[in-house]
Amino acid sequence: MKKLKINGNSLLLVITIALFVVMYAAGCIVYADKGFTHLQTFLNVLINNAGLLCVACGTTCVMLTGGIDISVGSVVAMDCMLLAVGMEKWGMKSPVLMALVLLIGVVFGAVQGFCIAYLDIQPFIVSMAGLFFARGMTAVICTDQVSIVTDQLFVKLSNTKINIPFGIGAYTNRKGVLQIPYVRVSVLVALLIVILVFLMLKYTKFGRSIYAVGGNSQSATLMGLDVRKTKLKTYVLASFLASVGGICYCLNTMSGTTTQATGLEMDAISSAVIGGTLLTGGVGNVVGTLFGVMINGTISTLVKSNGKLVSSWANIVTAILLCFFIVLQAVLANIKERKKA
Amino acid sequence: MSKIKKITKMQLFLPIFSMLLVMFVNVIYDIASGNAPFSFFAISTQLTSSGNTILYGRLIDILNRGSEVAILAIGMTLVVSASAGTDISVGSVMSLSGGMCCMLLAGYGVTNVSEYANPLWVGIGAGILVAVVCGLFNGFLVAYLNIQPMVATLILWSAGRAIGLLLCNSAIVYVRVPSFQFFGSYIGFLPTPILIAAICVLIMSLILKFTALGTFVQSVGINKKAARISGFNSAKIILMCYAICGLCAGIAGITATSRIYSADTNNIGLNMEMDAILAVALGGNSLGGGKFNLAGSIIGAYTIQAITTTLYALGVSSAQAPVFKAIVVILIVVIQSEPVKEFFKKLSANKTAAKEA
Amino acid sequence: MDSNIALTMRGICMTFPGVKALDNVDFTLKKGEIRALMGENGAGKSTLIKCLTGVNKFEAGEIHVDGIEGPIVNKDTMDAQHKGISTVYQEVNLCPNLSVAENLYIGREPLTKIGTVNRRRMNQMAAQLMKDLDLDIEVTRNLEEYSLALQQMIAIARAVDMESKVLILDEPTSSLDDNEVEKLFHMMKRLKKQGVGIVFVTHFLEQVYAVCDGITVLRNGTLVGEYTVEELPRVKLVAAMMGKDFDDLASIKPEGSMDFTNAPLEIDAKGLSHAGTIKPFDLEIHKGEVVGLTGLLGSGRSELARAIYGADRAQTGTLKVNGKEEKIKSPIDAMNLGMGLLPDDRKAEGIIGDLSVRENIILAMQAKLGIFKKIPMAKQIEIADQYIEMLQIKTASRETLIKRLSGGNQQKVILARWLATNPDFLILDEPTRGIDIGTKTEIQKLVIKLAQEGKSLIFISSEIEEMLRTCNRMAVLRDGAKVGEISGEEMTQEGVMHAIAGGAAHE
Repeated sequence: MKKLKINGNSLLLVITIALFVVMYAAGCIVYADKGFTHLQTFLNVLINNAGLLCVACGTTCVMLTGGIDISVGSVVAMDCMLLAVGMEKWGMKSPVLMALVLLIGVVFGAVQGFCIAYLDIQPFIVSMAGLFFARGMTAVICTDQVSIVTDQLFVKLSNTKINIPFGIGAYTNRKGVLQIPYVRVSVLVALLIVILVFLMLKYTKFGRSIYAVGGNSQSATLMGLDVRKTKLKTYVLASFLASVGGICYCLNTMSGTTTQATGLEMDAISSAVIGGTLLTGGVGNVVGTLFGVMINGTISTLVKSNGKLVSSWANIVTAILLCFFIVLQAVLANIKERKKA
Repeated sequence: MSKIKKITKMQLFLPIFSMLLVMFVNVIYDIASGNAPFSFFAISTQLTSSGNTILYGRLIDILNRGSEVAILAIGMTLVVSASAGTDISVGSVMSLSGGMCCMLLAGYGVTNVSEYANPLWVGIGAGILVAVVCGLFNGFLVAYLNIQPMVATLILWSAGRAIGLLLCNSAIVYVRVPSFQFFGSYIGFLPTPILIAAICVLIMSLILKFTALGTFVQSVGINKKAARISGFNSAKIILMCYAICGLCAGIAGITATSRIYSADTNNIGLNMEMDAILAVALGGNSLGGGKFNLAGSIIGAYTIQAITTTLYALGVSSAQAPVFKAIVVILIVVIQSEPVKEFFKKLSANKTAAKEA
Repeated sequence: MDSNIALTMRGICMTFPGVKALDNVDFTLKKGEIRALMGENGAGKSTLIKCLTGVNKFEAGEIHVDGIEGPIVNKDTMDAQHKGISTVYQEVNLCPNLSVAENLYIGREPLTKIGTVNRRRMNQMAAQLMKDLDLDIEVTRNLEEYSLALQQMIAIARAVDMESKVLILDEPTSSLDDNEVEKLFHMMKRLKKQGVGIVFVTHFLEQVYAVCDGITVLRNGTLVGEYTVEELPRVKLVAAMMGKDFDDLASIKPEGSMDFTNAPLEIDAKGLSHAGTIKPFDLEIHKGEVVGLTGLLGSGRSELARAIYGADRAQTGTLKVNGKEEKIKSPIDAMNLGMGLLPDDRKAEGIIGDLSVRENIILAMQAKLGIFKKIPMAKQIEIADQYIEMLQIKTASRETLIKRLSGGNQQKVILARWLATNPDFLILDEPTRGIDIGTKTEIQKLVIKLAQEGKSLIFISSEIEEMLRTCNRMAVLRDGAKVGEISGEEMTQEGVMHAIAGGAAHE
């Protein structure tokens, strides 16, 4: 019985988790005086990246089928603008707008998915067009920055603090005030999405066919799976989750501008790659993506805590990590190919 | 019927048709808004504040602003042809090379100079060199590690701008020296960028004519296996294409920086990679690699600029213009897609069958 | 339908534009029978299989399957699967990134009450299936952790579990070593006992006689015959596949016999091999000599040539070219030593479709010269015209895209490409495939002329007369290895057949 001693794919996930732990530990040691060790710092990473996490889950699914979607950042921006303008200028209620935003996500994904799955057009080109379209539509809706202040429900959702129970991580600060760590609604939504997507990928027929299509789409067809339908549904899911992420993002920024979320799609893709999702498809997990997002967020926090380093350093470190993981994936793939021959 | 078919099958049909369409729209607009019907084409002279005579007109504007995209399109055409992939880092590399150049010309940490800290050729040389190094990096990942082009270039897409910003110490560095601004302003009555673009296109055309570069690149792109049997080293060829693409990004970056005589790393080349890719596609070149036509890409580049300029004239803001670019992209690729081509083939087959019946 | 018959196909006809691929072909498969389906290139094997599995829509004929009333028409592979006909291909069509159990059950997973996949049940069912087939496989491990041979058996297990009455194995042993082939045969015999009818498509002679009960031979789209293994000894099988009636083989003496023992060696290969394609071989080729490589399709002829040329880099052994030891790492190394290779698959490895005839002709020359030394246009035109004339290439102009030419003319262009490099050693793999009779003779004459000019050649062809006419000596290949050489008196149709078939002459 020939078995590979090291399963290359789980190796990637182990490296990712180890990397996160090391990074965070380093931060705790170096920046202990700046409050890095407080639980709230960790939770802030989650709060600031809740939107990214939702988006990245959708991106992970798309990448699992071997495709890619670079329109998601612009969709988030479009959603934020729509929410902001809808509430402030058109006087609509937030539940209606949120439903509208989700619907737009579904339609957007369906159009992209159709072009990619049924017209056989390269995913990069189609989603690039989607990126242009959504980015432009953001400006068409409104070119100024719009802040959300009116809608009571939305404002309340944004401001709600959900305290960590049982006093975990609570401490008294220098001024003698008791600080209780908290998360926001968007974090709960994001974590829920992660769990749901995880279960979907592992336990539903749709989830398993995503892996099959990514592993070998020819085989999948021969085994009777409807590859095109699976791909279409994946892109719909990705844009839907981008819209969910958009709502979370908006709860955080409470405004709509034309320059929001630029580059978010690349953050989502790099989170997925760092989290062990293979770019060629068929391998990956939202758990890894969760850690990828956390690593992303930790780097930003580390850079900010330093105070002397400019935020550009965060981009560079992320890019270096991305490079490392891409090269690692390629090297592992080469080793596999040579073992086969 | 067959004459129309012949014309549509010409390699340059798509770019020329698109360009003519854009011009047509402009003419209609002019007539509709009461201007002289062909004012789109009007070229006149103007006096600048410094008393020089320069050319002026919408056409000149298009040629001027489209210079960077045209230069990028040269390198992108080769990359698409040889590797069936796209280099999305060109915009960021532009920014990086501009940042490197200005940093050297001003001295590290300095944000505003009216004379050079280092000679001009050092700044420009370094800027272009760093861009070529980026191209080699991309090419290595694609050619030797077999990483998908879009993914390999993703790294510099995110890092390029950040490195440029760091080089300039996170500030916008102004180089207010006439000999530097020269590259972005006017040479005589002609905007310099137009000349730079023209020179680049000319050099590449000469290279394609007098060396076997075109044959090497196209063979690898069309049939890698056959090219290998016939003695080509596809890895080296692909590496070279990405290096050339990096070089083009460097030149375009210096030009763009010179225009505003400053290294505005956040904005130089922003989204220009998309325009370059679009130019190649609009030029009739297949994004799946293979045969290419440089003239098509160049016409495509200026057509895209024309679209952008026309949109501004029609009152569409620069932030909203991408919507139309998106529609154009989708239209092109959908029409070029296999299922749609099959559909039209069936339609015409039915028509001829009906005729014969 | 007879109760011990699993499958019958009667009078199947299939036409592609301009070509009659299958003409009135019959195929019968009994229950619990392992039947080999054999034929040379273009015989129609894969076309017939595709008609059976629903990929091709055939124009005439009927298919009957045990258990279903009346003739069946399959819409696609899934439809065929539901009617009891499964196929396992050479490239294992499973998903390497999924577990064994998932591969067995994907598309038909057992579900829980709420509609999600019941993983525990799936794993249990999979483990039971593996046990039933005597396979020691952990079903929760990923497919890619197992060797190709085991992956194939898992693919077969999936097919069998879906109630297959007919199992088609399409070239299953091409990538397996001897041990793995044994395991596969063990499984096939087990399935035989369960009453499954197996169609074994292969070109490995020895394997056919090791495990099959019957052989069906196709040639040029027609049925040559359906035989039992006992009534078709090896030589008769080879004769049937190559279209020669064994009893009236005329012996065609080669034109002139030449003695090369004192001539200098152009190629001296010792122990060259490439894993998975050709076992270690020795081959000497003298200057001015034409050596033919003969054997059935898939016996390793092309692979041997490619190992010398560096197209599939030789992993063992030494190579001396013109007396000097050389290392050939890739085709350009070979070309710089004066070699050339006309590959047998011109579509995949020959033509650069979107380039013109002229560009295709000067391609290898240009590769040798490098990027900077472009062949001047005037010279390109001159060379192109020269070869268009010499080989009578039918093209509207030298600028016509090569993909618009007919297959035979494309072949001529590729041949011109190599002739233009003026090689000292030229490998021609099926150079006359798809070419009209007149030009075939031209090419054979050209080969002899090149040899007289002192060049060395390897000539590979499925047509024995052609090789007998041009070659001085022939190397015989079987099942991926060089098994011998024949020359002089032995070079007759009979002699070649015997050499290819191997075994006792009058079995």
